[in-house]
Amino acid sequence: MASLTMVEALNLALHQAMEADDRVVLLGEDVAQTGGVFRVTAGLLDRFGESRIVDTPLAEAGIVGSAIGMSLYGLLPIVEIQFDVFVYPGFEQIVTHAARYAWRSKGESPASIVIRIPYGGGVRAPELHSDSPEALFAHVPGLKVVCPTTPSDARDMLLAAIEDPDPVVFMEPKRIYRAGREEVSEELPFEIGNGHGAPAELLSTARVAREGTDLAIITYGATVPLSVQAADELASDRGIQTKVLDLRSLYPFDIEAICSAASECGRVLVVHEAPRHAGLGAEVSSLIHERVMLDLHAPVMRVTGFDVPFPQFANEDDYLPSVARIKQGANKVLDW
Amino acid sequence: MAMEIIRIIGNGSEVPDAPVPEGLGGKDLLELYRWLILLRTFDERAVALQRQGRIGTYAIYWGEEGTQAGALYACEETDWVFPSYRQNSIGILRGVNPATIYAWWRGYGGKLGFYNPRDHRTGPICVPIATHLPHAVGVAWAAKQRGDSVASLAWFGDGATSEGDFHEALNFASVWKAPTVFFCVNNQWAISTPYHKQTASQTIAEKASGYNMPGVRVDGFDPVACWKATRDALDRARAGEGPTLIEAYCYRIAPHGTADDPRLYRDESVTERWRPLEPVNRMTGFLQRLGILDEDKEAAIRAEAKELIAASVKEMESYTQPGQEVLFDGVYASGRPWTFDEGLEELRSVERAAEVRPVGPVPASSEQGGDV
Ligand SMILES: Cc1ncc(C[n+]2csc(CCOP(=O)(O)OP(=O)(O)O)c2C)c(N)n1
Ligand SMILES: [Mg+2]
Repeated sequence: MASLTMVEALNLALHQAMEADDRVVLLGEDVAQTGGVFRVTAGLLDRFGESRIVDTPLAEAGIVGSAIGMSLYGLLPIVEIQFDVFVYPGFEQIVTHAARYAWRSKGESPASIVIRIPYGGGVRAPELHSDSPEALFAHVPGLKVVCPTTPSDARDMLLAAIEDPDPVVFMEPKRIYRAGREEVSEELPFEIGNGHGAPAELLSTARVAREGTDLAIITYGATVPLSVQAADELASDRGIQTKVLDLRSLYPFDIEAICSAASECGRVLVVHEAPRHAGLGAEVSSLIHERVMLDLHAPVMRVTGFDVPFPQFANEDDYLPSVARIKQGANKVLDW
Repeated sequence: MAMEIIRIIGNGSEVPDAPVPEGLGGKDLLELYRWLILLRTFDERAVALQRQGRIGTYAIYWGEEGTQAGALYACEETDWVFPSYRQNSIGILRGVNPATIYAWWRGYGGKLGFYNPRDHRTGPICVPIATHLPHAVGVAWAAKQRGDSVASLAWFGDGATSEGDFHEALNFASVWKAPTVFFCVNNQWAISTPYHKQTASQTIAEKASGYNMPGVRVDGFDPVACWKATRDALDRARAGEGPTLIEAYCYRIAPHGTADDPRLYRDESVTERWRPLEPVNRMTGFLQRLGILDEDKEAAIRAEAKELIAASVKEMESYTQPGQEVLFDGVYASGRPWTFDEGLEELRSVERAAEVRPVGPVPASSEQGGDV
């Protein structure tokens, strides 16, 4: 056991995966010599050498595309995208190829790559360093999209993503990269490289971040801790017991966890940082209304980012869902 | 592939100065010098402001002023220029208020932090690498289609030459014979990635040959040489002969940005060997040798720049944080969709968070990280 931040937990997972399986390679901009701009890959160069951890030329289409080729040949590449927005030049490769190699080969030759994307706002960065593009990927059939919010989940889910045969877009909420520490077991959560893959639940289930029966807040990423705080305040303000469901898997959704939380509580608020229109909140809400509408006492509502370009940082707190906005949304659902 | 490097300014001893290029009179040289000093003053002040937590992380260009001022001085007022984040303050030489640029780094949007590209024929500060190059080509093509004698110029780094957009832009410009100058500041580093990991080409300039356009190399620490190479390329462009790729060979003396610590990835004693070549001192010596700059004149130019920048900082700091409506302002030219009204209403119905202050100094060797 060690007390780790999310960055350190991700770093541990990378060390463990590369140690356990020599097919694992890592490529990206500034990942080797400096250990990445967020230091997630620190120490890997010294340990595994430049044939396995590669500072690439500055070209995201080239990075993702060559990772796909490496995977075809049998390696297990991990790609680091430096910041959310910079994945866009690589979008074509992800959509037209990473997502389709399995389909074109009846599942036999998937693009077994992991695309790690530090994403989201709240870090006082200049323009175009704060996007939340997860819905773009969740909309592409053939991709798995996941997002851990605790250090242990980050470690276990990254190991699972590497082991998983399908392409995984691995969203890392950079605002909480160092927000807190957690005891993380150094023991592997499953046996790596034995041909059985990772336990399915690591990339397909939600996590209950807080128990409650009056209201369910369904969320993921950096808004999970904010939702927990809002839930605590709702308990002291008005005696409401709020369940907070951390989705973890953004595609596929944990439909059972979503529906049972909705049925149990009868009231649901969805929270995310990405813009609202065609965001994942819409999908969560639709699924609930389609499946368990009669269990609801109020419509599912949303607290999200706005349908605007992510603002310059002095105004980013106006954009980001805050505890106050989450509580207001919760009160609307409760008082509907 | 050996290629000559264009250089005008010598070193004041064994390397002699070349003659001042035609078209650059004494008044021009002094004005170019004034621009260099202004850019230098802006940049040094920005770094200080970041250290004091008065603006956010900042992309330093110390040492690259010659590639900016020299190239811009070769342009006509009517030409369009497209900067990357590294040329973030180039607009101030085109009438943009320096306070606006400081405000951009302070995290202010709306009218406070953005300028209108059409007002200054200066593209916005471009953050995603190489993505502005096709814009420069489009402007040049449009001007040509309209029969205007307008050219365009885009600055970008050595790292940018790896992106697809760079190659697409060069190809389009060459096929269309667009009057565009591609000005690559080869400072030999892309954050921590050195030139030899970026490209196997011996020079950036030789990449031009694949697109059948001229590629020239120039001393990036020599503002007069940068002027000369750019002026020649613009003359060609205006004569209908199409684009040119210029490689301004230099060295990134400063860290990548205020969040970067180069000691993590390079030998800073090498950096110190490049430092004496920096353009401001070179230009000062050159103008003194030509007898058009004396100490009084230099002091006056520096004082003027200092005053202007100090006033800009003061102005920037007099701005109050934009209101919540700035999120929704101008997103569409045609008006607001209904979602914006609802968004603003939601925002106004809860207590507003305190103003976001910039994060203070963040060396890369710390745990924080960040690319600028
Ligand atoms: C598409 C894209 N990918 C990654 C980045 C992150 N990034 C910012 S600056 C930089 C290095 C750029 O190097 P170079 O083109 O040589 O320009 P310089 O910084 O040296 O001026 C990188 C990788 C980015 N801004 N855009
Ligand atoms: Mg560079």
